[in-house]
Amino acid sequence: MARLAMVIDTKLCVGCADCVVACTTENDVPLGFCRDWIVEQVGGAYPTPLLEIRSERCNHCDSPPCVGCCPTGASHMHSYGGVVLVDHNKCIGCKACIAACPYDARYTHPDGHVDKCTFCIHRVEKGQLPACVSVCPTHCMHFGDLDDPESDVSKLLRSRPHHALLPAAGTGPQVHYLT
Amino acid sequence: MSQAVSRRQFIKISASLLAAAGLGGSFLASGALGAAEAQGVPPAGGLRTIPTFCDMCFWKCGAIASIRDGKLWKLEGNPLDPLCRGRLCPRGTGGVGAHIDPDRLVKPLLRAKVRGEEQWNVVSWDDALGYTAEKMQAIKAKYGPEAMALFAHGIGGTFLKHTIKAYGSPNIAAPSFAQCRGPRDVGFRLTFGDDPGSPERTDIANARCLVLIGSHLGENMHNSQVQEFAEAVAKGCTVICADPRFSTAASKAQWWLPVKPGSDTALLLAWMQVLVSEKLYDVEYVTKYGYGFEQFAASIATCTPEWAFVETGIQPDVIRATARAMGQNRPATLVHPGRHTNWYGNDTQRSRAIALINALLGSWGRKGGFYVPAMMDLPPYPYPAYPKPARPKVDNPGKKYPFAHEVITTGIREATITGNPYPVKGWMVYATNLMHALPNQDETIKAIQNLDLLAVCDVIPSETAGWADVVLPECTYLERYDDLNPELFREPFIGLRQPVVAAPGEQKPNWWIARELAGKLGLSSYFPWQDIEEYLGARLAKGGYDFAQLKRDGIIRGAKQPIYMEDGAAVDFATPSGKIEFWSQQLADHGFDPVPKHVPPPPNPPGSYRVLYGRAPMHSFSRTQTNPLLHDLMAENAVWLNAIEAKRLGLKSGDRVRLRNQDGVISDPIAVKATERIRPDCVYMVHGFGHTAKGLKRAYRKGASDSRLQTRYDTDPLMGGTGLNNNFVTLEAV
Amino acid sequence: MDEFTTTRHNPGIDPHMHIWGWEIPVYLFLGGLVAGLMILAGYHILKARDRQERVSYPYAPMLGVILLSLGMNALFLDLANKLHVWRLYLTFEITSPMSWGSWILLLVYPALLAAAVLHPPERVPFGQGLLNMVRRWSAWMHARPRLIQAVGLANLAGGIALGIYTGILLGAFGARPLWNSAILGPLFLFSGLSTAAALMHLLAVVTRSGSGLAFADVALAGVFRLMDPDHCKHIMVRADASFLTIELAILGLWLIGLLTGTGVQQEAAGLLLGGPYTAGFWGGVILAGVGLPLVLQYLELSGRIRHTVIPAILVLIGGFVLRLVLVSAGQASHWS
Ligand SMILES: Nc1nc2c(c(=O)[nH]1)N[C@H]1C(S)=C(S)[C@@H](COP(=O)(O)OP(=O)(O)OC[C@H]3O[C@@H](n4cnc5c(=O)[nH]c(N)nc54)[C@H](O)[C@@H]3O)O[C@H]1N2
Ligand SMILES: Nc1nc2c(c(=O)[nH]1)N[C@H]1C(S)=C(S)[C@@H](COP(=O)(O)OP(=O)(O)OC[C@H]3O[C@@H](n4cnc5c(=O)[nH]c(N)nc54)[C@H](O)[C@@H]3O)O[C@H]1N2
Ligand code: SF4
Ligand code: SF4
Ligand code: SF4
Ligand code: SF4
Ligand code: SF4
Ligand SMILES: [Mo]
Repeated sequence: MARLAMVIDTKLCVGCADCVVACTTENDVPLGFCRDWIVEQVGGAYPTPLLEIRSERCNHCDSPPCVGCCPTGASHMHSYGGVVLVDHNKCIGCKACIAACPYDARYTHPDGHVDKCTFCIHRVEKGQLPACVSVCPTHCMHFGDLDDPESDVSKLLRSRPHHALLPAAGTGPQVHYLT
Repeated sequence: MSQAVSRRQFIKISASLLAAAGLGGSFLASGALGAAEAQGVPPAGGLRTIPTFCDMCFWKCGAIASIRDGKLWKLEGNPLDPLCRGRLCPRGTGGVGAHIDPDRLVKPLLRAKVRGEEQWNVVSWDDALGYTAEKMQAIKAKYGPEAMALFAHGIGGTFLKHTIKAYGSPNIAAPSFAQCRGPRDVGFRLTFGDDPGSPERTDIANARCLVLIGSHLGENMHNSQVQEFAEAVAKGCTVICADPRFSTAASKAQWWLPVKPGSDTALLLAWMQVLVSEKLYDVEYVTKYGYGFEQFAASIATCTPEWAFVETGIQPDVIRATARAMGQNRPATLVHPGRHTNWYGNDTQRSRAIALINALLGSWGRKGGFYVPAMMDLPPYPYPAYPKPARPKVDNPGKKYPFAHEVITTGIREATITGNPYPVKGWMVYATNLMHALPNQDETIKAIQNLDLLAVCDVIPSETAGWADVVLPECTYLERYDDLNPELFREPFIGLRQPVVAAPGEQKPNWWIARELAGKLGLSSYFPWQDIEEYLGARLAKGGYDFAQLKRDGIIRGAKQPIYMEDGAAVDFATPSGKIEFWSQQLADHGFDPVPKHVPPPPNPPGSYRVLYGRAPMHSFSRTQTNPLLHDLMAENAVWLNAIEAKRLGLKSGDRVRLRNQDGVISDPIAVKATERIRPDCVYMVHGFGHTAKGLKRAYRKGASDSRLQTRYDTDPLMGGTGLNNNFVTLEAV
Repeated sequence: MDEFTTTRHNPGIDPHMHIWGWEIPVYLFLGGLVAGLMILAGYHILKARDRQERVSYPYAPMLGVILLSLGMNALFLDLANKLHVWRLYLTFEITSPMSWGSWILLLVYPALLAAAVLHPPERVPFGQGLLNMVRRWSAWMHARPRLIQAVGLANLAGGIALGIYTGILLGAFGARPLWNSAILGPLFLFSGLSTAAALMHLLAVVTRSGSGLAFADVALAGVFRLMDPDHCKHIMVRADASFLTIELAILGLWLIGLLTGTGVQQEAAGLLLGGPYTAGFWGGVILAGVGLPLVLQYLELSGRIRHTVIPAILVLIGGFVLRLVLVSAGQASHWS
């Protein structure tokens, strides 16, 4: 089995949002919606502030509440890599999964179904990187298999301090941020 | 839904991931798809890919357009392109939005009522260009051809420039000099006899110490620069960032120096004083290539860190520590030349100080400093010779700005207002939004009111187009050919811009407009070619290049050659002394400081904040605010205000205020961003917002315009650049 | 406090989540109300054992069928992908309260109908033929006490399941600290019971005062057959008073739970304590919906003031406001 994950180096990310535009065009995300987004968090105080910039999206959680609460099985874990997906045909638009996601990573698509980041599984299955990763001008995004100790995501998590979002929510997020 | 990928496919993934990591190249570069698409091989599913190069800014990155069922789907970087290395910036990726922008100009327009009221009659191209030609002929007859000026920015201007030169006017200018990189280029020419170029010849990727004076890389999204910046940071390069604002780049730096606005020259002089007094500079390099070092050393001897502390607010020990870091890493210490350097009106001298510290560090021509760029030779098209203008250029009478080596936009504007040295009665404006690009909008309007003709060629109904007599709608870069781009870069290459989709309306490409206009002006002989493919083909053939290959790949690369002195790259200094001029006779001759001195900028009027401005990574100047994809990322700008100041004024983030400047000009409402990321004596806003042109529906009156508030500008006596940073505002809640 | 900016602005998500408007609260309210009606009905059916003609208000089930259908319509209206609604019944997702709910809803219908059939009205404005048929079934059932008992149990059980489910539905959302508590089940159950009792009380009074509610006349015809309405009212008032007292206690426990909980829970409680939903919660739910009715009913029972429908109406409104406030405030409560 494989465990697909994203590792993003906040030391390099400049918050340019290329990852967001690329997602929009690649996945025909409707205008006014986004599957990924940029967060800027400033700590400390002038003249010694600290800035962390993050490209955020669905975390493809190990124990995804959005899947558990889905009454139709539309929200499911993909057979490969633990990717969390929404089957548009099964989705009735009850929005339970939206309420269930502590990261607010989902939204209701104008077509009625719920939508969110797919880890670009359609590209990954062709041996391509997710769109956002493939365009990032700072090469700060990495994608691969955590079950493969030799993948660069595994190596990075071994060699660099990192954190994920809302660990206390107990969802086991698989988008990791190097700090 | 999709089924699992096979183990084999997965190995492919991790393999390419390693490749990507290893080569620092993009996945497309190594992935199956990348290769195929770059070759224009249409993969399954009605997909076609066509290479071209981007025009969302002036960097000209190689892009590959994917066309799905005849519609433009996405734009990605061309892996073959040395500039973008297979990755575009957000604006490049968002270029799709320029094509689908519903606010685009569609048909030629003639002014129906008073100038600036934006009321139009839709006309045919024939009428629009006929009107333009008629007016131009009248101007030529009455005032001579020099009374016609062309403002053109970017590669799309080539053919209109040709038409205007054929018509007989030398007055062709772009804001890229007097409002952008002019002071830097002049400062470096005075020192090294050459300028940093565009794209800059900075070897950021290999710098072990990178010093940024302003230069907000990461917000300034010039692709190669940002990619190399990230590469350097990843390699542990020591970054020193001087900026009154905690820029994105500052947040990646080991040292953030929140200098007093306008005090950089003092900082630079103190750094040099330390380098010299502590013998940290490259003695060998300086003795070999330097001229007038002794006088230089003598004149900066008093510029101690203690002295600079008073000017800059930066602690002496910090100045010393950072100077030593530069010394230790030389010659791989790059003090970035900056690009938009028109800040205070004494900017050439600051830029010269930047050039000089690089000279001390021996970084010019060295790895990790300034490399020696190369260009493929591509002969020009054999046009007939242009008529010789009877009068010199209008912008710089009596060379009052002795070191201006390009035409000064604001000089043309001044001549248009005053009629001296001679009247200017016609403006053709191509791909520049003068209302936002030039300071003091009232002066621009005053000049426009003196014109017999204002013809504006644009893709959207910009503010400047709003003032036009005739509006010529161009198709976007995605819908046209432009001239070839033989780039001066790390490695030589030629880029091709070719149409990837059809224009959605009656918009025409600039080459067609220029050619038709020339025809109506009776200048057909200057356009021997029938259409642009013929022109491009002829040029390429003359240079011995294969048009078909260029169409297929978008890029033709030349042979790599040594780019560092240490590898045998030839560096010659085209200065009067033939050396690096630490002390400048030319400057002395014209009564300027032969070695830069610090001149403090005018202080803040009590209770006011200095207005600083810059870029947002997802927008270009005033041109992308209506782009649906980019507007979605940032719909309006905010005014950055130091958090403590905000508290003092009872303002919090999100509150709306108007900015009132020293001359009583009041901005549109703008949201406050109360932040720890800026000094208490200045505010900051992203340039290009606060649109007032009615046609720009998506962007209309969103955010506020820095240009509107820049009623004051201080002109650089060396080259006529307009310093924009001496404007001050107070905040008024709305 | 950290400066925090995001480029995300998804409709329905930012700046505050608003995926559920009035529909879900209506659905939860009616669901709870019907649950209450079923429990009351079930209880009386069981209590009356073989002497069903003594059942005090036999038309609750019929009312339940109608209200439940209204509630399910509200739920349907909320779905963003209505045409796919049938997908609910192609699967049972054991971890999904929504899935449980959709099946429970399906199962309570038969129970409600059976209970309704037990006590058909004597006369109806129209459809006498149909009524006669129903009366024949009714008679058939009355001949079978075990069956009656089963129907009673089914209503009791179904009611409890339905009532608790409407609370669990929200309580299960770990991502919404305000909701994330098991106590929401009992809370909605008792709120449901109190609203049910209130509704019956209301109808009793309304019909007694002879105001022309045709339906209520029909629905309550049987009540007056055997029983002195004032007595009936008293039962309902007492029942309501006790349900309200329990509901109040649970609300208290729930708030304490939040306040003594994790940081995010305390933050969530803030929404009701000084936050944007404070007025709605304290004014609409605690005061008007529970406190005031309790006081009034106490005064009524102790004969200080005469009976009015006001407490009943207040309880019904309060029951709906409770769902409205919880659903909106819960969406506004988040982790980060
Ligand atoms: N996304 C995007 N990128 C762009 C462009 C764009 O439109 N959009 N435009 C391109 C072009 S043409 C240009 S010229 C460049 C411009 O980009 P740069 O050359 O980087 O322009 P600067 O004016 O140096 O950068 C503005 C920064 O200077 C700081 N600053 C202001 N005053 C002072 C001062 O007195 N001292 C110091 N040390 N810092 C100061 C501001 O706080 C701000 O952070 O960007 C290029 N890149
Ligand atoms: N206040 C202030 N002034 C500044 C700056 C600043 O930061 N603040 N920056 C300065 C700098 S560094 C620079 S380089 C200049 C840039 O100044 P400009 O080059 O004028 O940049 P824009 O404001 O983007 O105006 C470009 C215009 O060209 C149009 N355009 C875009 N693409 C095409 C095309 O394909 N064809 C045609 N015909 N038109 C097109 C756009 O719609 C827009 O109206 O501004 C300078 N002026
Ligand atoms: S593209 Fe890369 S650098 Fe830009 S915001 Fe996204 S992750 Fe950060
Ligand atoms: S981030 Fe949210 S949507 Fe994505 S898997 Fe985790 S819970 Fe589900
Ligand atoms: S909205 Fe769709 S995906 Fe989400 S829970 Fe409901 S049915 Fe499942
Ligand atoms: S992985 Fe694909 S879907 Fe997810 S954010 Fe990146 S581009 Fe969008
Ligand atoms: S830097 Fe960005 S906008 Fe400029 S040419 Fe390159 S991709 Fe296009
Ligand atoms: Mo510029």
